[in-house]
Amino acid sequence: MFDASISRDKPLSIAILAMGGQGGGVLSDWIVAVAEANGWHAQSTSVPGVAQRTGATIYYIEMLPPKDGHAPVLALMPTPGDVDVVIAAELMEAGRSILRGLVTPDRTLLITSTHRAYAVAEKEKPGEAIADPQAVNAAAGIAARRVIAFDKDEVAREEGTVISAPMFGALAGSGALPFDRASFEAVISTGGRGVKASLKGFAQGYARATSNELPQARITKAKPVQGIPGSLGSDELDRRLIRVRALPEAAQVAALAGVKRAIDYQDLAYGDEYLARLEALKALDETHGGAAHGFAFTAAAAKHVANAMAYDDVIGVADLKIRSARFARIGAEMKAGGDPLLLTEFVHPRGEEVVSLLPARWGRKVSANPKLMARIDWLVNRDRRIETATLWGFLQFNALAGLRRWRRKLQRHAVETRHMESWLTLATRTLPENYDLARGIIATRRLIKGYSDTHARGLSKFDRVLSATPLLLRRADGGAWMDRLISAALKDENGDALDGALNTVRQL
Amino acid sequence: MAERSFAREVEDLRLGDGQEFRGEGILAITKALLQSGVSYVGGYQGSPISHLMDVLADASDYMAELGVHFESSASEATAAAMLSASVMYPIRGAVTWKSTAGTNVASDALSNLASGGVNGGAVIIIGEDYGEGSSIMQERSHAYAMKSQIWLMDPRPDLPTMVNMVEKAFELSEASNTPVMVEVRIRGCHVHGRFKTKDNKKPSYTLREALENPVRDVNRIVLPPASFTHEKHKVEKRWPAAVNFIRDHRLNELFGPDEADVGIILQGGMYNGVIRALQQLGLSDAYGNTRVPLYVLNVTYPLVDEEVVSFCSGKSAIVVVEEGQPEFIEQALNTLLRRRDINTRISGKDVFPMAGEYTATVMQKGLLGFLERHAPRLLGNRPPLPDPSPVLNSWQVQALANVVPPRPPGFCTGCPERPIFAAMKLVEQELGQHHVSADIGCHLFSILPPFNIGATTMGYGLGPAAASAFNVKSDKRVISVMGDGGFWHNGLSSSVGNAVFNKHDGVMLIVDNYYSSATGGQDILSSRAENKKRATNNSIVDAVKGVGAKWVRQIDHTYDVAKMRDTLREALTTEEQGPKIIVASSECMLNKQRRVKPLIDKAENAGEPVLRQRFGVDEDICTGDHACIRLSGCPSLSVKHVDDPLRDDPVAAIDNTCVACGNCGEVAEAAILCPSFYRADVLRNASRWERFKAKLRTSVISFLQRRREKGRHLFARVSA
Repeated sequence: MFDASISRDKPLSIAILAMGGQGGGVLSDWIVAVAEANGWHAQSTSVPGVAQRTGATIYYIEMLPPKDGHAPVLALMPTPGDVDVVIAAELMEAGRSILRGLVTPDRTLLITSTHRAYAVAEKEKPGEAIADPQAVNAAAGIAARRVIAFDKDEVAREEGTVISAPMFGALAGSGALPFDRASFEAVISTGGRGVKASLKGFAQGYARATSNELPQARITKAKPVQGIPGSLGSDELDRRLIRVRALPEAAQVAALAGVKRAIDYQDLAYGDEYLARLEALKALDETHGGAAHGFAFTAAAAKHVANAMAYDDVIGVADLKIRSARFARIGAEMKAGGDPLLLTEFVHPRGEEVVSLLPARWGRKVSANPKLMARIDWLVNRDRRIETATLWGFLQFNALAGLRRWRRKLQRHAVETRHMESWLTLATRTLPENYDLARGIIATRRLIKGYSDTHARGLSKFDRVLSATPLLLRRADGGAWMDRLISAALKDENGDALDGALNTVRQL
Repeated sequence: MAERSFAREVEDLRLGDGQEFRGEGILAITKALLQSGVSYVGGYQGSPISHLMDVLADASDYMAELGVHFESSASEATAAAMLSASVMYPIRGAVTWKSTAGTNVASDALSNLASGGVNGGAVIIIGEDYGEGSSIMQERSHAYAMKSQIWLMDPRPDLPTMVNMVEKAFELSEASNTPVMVEVRIRGCHVHGRFKTKDNKKPSYTLREALENPVRDVNRIVLPPASFTHEKHKVEKRWPAAVNFIRDHRLNELFGPDEADVGIILQGGMYNGVIRALQQLGLSDAYGNTRVPLYVLNVTYPLVDEEVVSFCSGKSAIVVVEEGQPEFIEQALNTLLRRRDINTRISGKDVFPMAGEYTATVMQKGLLGFLERHAPRLLGNRPPLPDPSPVLNSWQVQALANVVPPRPPGFCTGCPERPIFAAMKLVEQELGQHHVSADIGCHLFSILPPFNIGATTMGYGLGPAAASAFNVKSDKRVISVMGDGGFWHNGLSSSVGNAVFNKHDGVMLIVDNYYSSATGGQDILSSRAENKKRATNNSIVDAVKGVGAKWVRQIDHTYDVAKMRDTLREALTTEEQGPKIIVASSECMLNKQRRVKPLIDKAENAGEPVLRQRFGVDEDICTGDHACIRLSGCPSLSVKHVDDPLRDDPVAAIDNTCVACGNCGEVAEAAILCPSFYRADVLRNASRWERFKAKLRTSVISFLQRRREKGRHLFARVSA
């Protein structure tokens, strides 16, 4: 018994999902203003409160023209499944809108920016924990009636405005609201500050909404695969390039980066040393059926041997900090032009760092003497701010970087080399018995990173992961378990997840 | 200085007869106060009513013109006590706060006020912080109205109704000698709408007249025997007077057909949601023409018995749409109908959930459940309801649930509280985890990742008070945290005074960011800004010493993480007895940027020398461990992928929203993290001499760089 006396007019509903500080309120005000300017009734609400402090927040707008002088009754919150337009100011917020049921295929236009502002949960993990953008892409594909996605943050930055402007432009360009472009622009123009830039941002958003209705979202996590260049620009480098080409294809990209790293870090001879190690490992790989495994062992070694040889030390840091390329890069980032540029480096040397710079024989003796170590630590252990763009600061780092010439004779090098060799020995000894586990042992080097305490924690995780080798030796899935241990080790700072995973391995 | 300027909104307060106001609900309510001839306004800021306070603070000149006294009360208790000006004199007053948190604080004064009753209209605007976006415990203010017999309004969230109800609230208060609470929910406070304004009224009786003609009436004072009479008076005189007023002025509204088998009784605040649900069920249009009768309670306490009886009679069932718990109205309706032996079925929490916000989906399901049970024929051919479940059940969306990260609120970019908690984390690494008693304020974000510090929060200014039991011999001292807002609200006596008096051996950290920051950056006693209308610059250190604290340390730059850490360590390990108080002061960055940024931009444009600073991370040196992020959580310190085939993990990166607060560098040093952080300073509009020096420096360094790079093969590591 449908009652014909009930009008079926429905308000147009728009939900904006933003993060506190992104200007969702400005966009919401603009949308209300454009509706009112066209004689409609519009209502917006929000629940800002503390969510304003960087948290996820939602603004909701409904609009409908009055009828026979009667104002519509508009809702204060969206009904899942009943929203016409969802505007997300960040990609994961678009994901959140889909999870909240605000985006449905029968009616919802989803306008989203494709840029990412990472949440603390993604950033704080010791390894890679960035949310997969393709999951949002896939869900948007089935949830939305139509998607307008582009990097509105980039547009805003290019035009010197805020993200609200291109989003408003995209909304106008989408045609979802029955108002003409001029009335949208008029709303921005009454704003006061930054009108010109906002109008430019709006125009960009408008253009990209009409010209490209279903763009492939520019959201890919995979790193681009780099090929091997034909030449490195000099004969002496090209001779090494030939040796890289002789390696299995799977290892070439990393091997090229590795040889470059070793040369950059030390000298050409060090590059050769790297290649020699790698070639020896490749030979072993071949003997033990590497071809059948796509030379995964050599590929892993190409990456991790380079990292092990180019360990992060004081000399390397000083060398990188005073390079001309770095000064140029920072100058450009700061748009310094001809203005005076100063750089302050925050360093905190401990006794260990000083001792690591001693000749190996002395270094060994000093490290073995805790009292002496404590005295040295007392002497040097404090915050030091080095101004590398002043002559004095530059010279200090220049002197440190100059120790590069003797690096191979120093204590740190001896420690690192020993460590590397015992690691590679473990890997090569495992290779004949369990190919994939040997590859996993190589990959464990990923856990060693950082400086001082962080470095020590990494080493401890590395040792704990490798302690599982005897348990995994006879398992066909030993390598896969090793990978699991590595990713568990990257989940938290102290390795609690790793301890859990190790327990599991012990019970296998 | 509040977070935003309300200069434009102040103009809206001046609108006169027949003009149209367009704007936010809470500002419409502010205008309604002026239209009602209010004499004085007070309150304590907090979401969602901060804007009421902020706009009146910005409108002080106009308030003076109108003869209205406005003040920012020290606490909700102060605000409630302020209403005592309306006890003896025919003066209209209004106060405001966030509820139920603020009502809890105010309850002492409220009970006394309600007991003796009022002469002039006394109105309390309460921002009901319930449901999504709320930052407080989920309770109802309704209980307060019932226990003290204060009338409670819950107007439809439509500006004309809200304004009308505020005006009527004063009249109701005067007609019944009882204070009236006007409850507005978060969305109602922030709703954008319009209404036709009236001229503002100057108070008919002024505060000055009252001061110059004092009146006292011992019968209004809460002391036996008067207090016994008060209770009787409430029930026998004031209650009937209120009911008569509500009925005679039709404060509650009826919508829909006169005759029907079922009906809906609802709180005014639920009206828009009910209409939308009815529309989806095919029983109303978008303009509120409903086929199911509605009895809208713009006054939810007291109920008007005759109106309820007349609405229910002839109906087989009604449903009560009442948000929150317990279901006071539903219970009252049952009693009311049973006493009269009226057998209309009362539905409510049987079809609606007992707890939680009445969202659109809840409303739809609740009403559908009621109609299916009691009036299925009304549902007709049942138009399809909006339903996102097919989408939500798809594998793509199910997979998404594990992908989208939570995004709770946190410290802003450059927040001065971040280094305090970074230092606490460093001390934790040395001395082990401690029991930390937290408080209310931005600093409570410490309980979330990456800091994970703080065990309880017991109320505003009560952090150290909540640690008071832990005053026994132990190898670890208790740590409590309190903000400057909480300190002046209540903390000085309840927390500091208590600790001094009881010789508490704990550590008290007072976070002083120069404002009541979490509520929108309002000035407080210790704010550093000069404020023409308020006495600022009162030192917290002097105050705690004044109540007898001995071990007091002031840190004037919270970004000095090492100093912060060392001071905390000292406080935790010193032999000295009694409370160890650390006052950590640095300006709220949100407010500082708002204050300083325009000045710096102006100076740069005017050609004055300006130092532009930013922090950066050397991506070649960063190893992607993210230890720095675990001690920061700064929005501008993020991560990025680099195209380096030798690396698996993203490296740290600082984006251009960095305000160069210095935290990154300090933390890297204090925690001995890594040498990747650097600060870049560019001197704009440098003097000739500065330029000359820089040029000289650069040319020598460039020469040295060319020399050391000659003959080497250097490669850019990354091409991100």
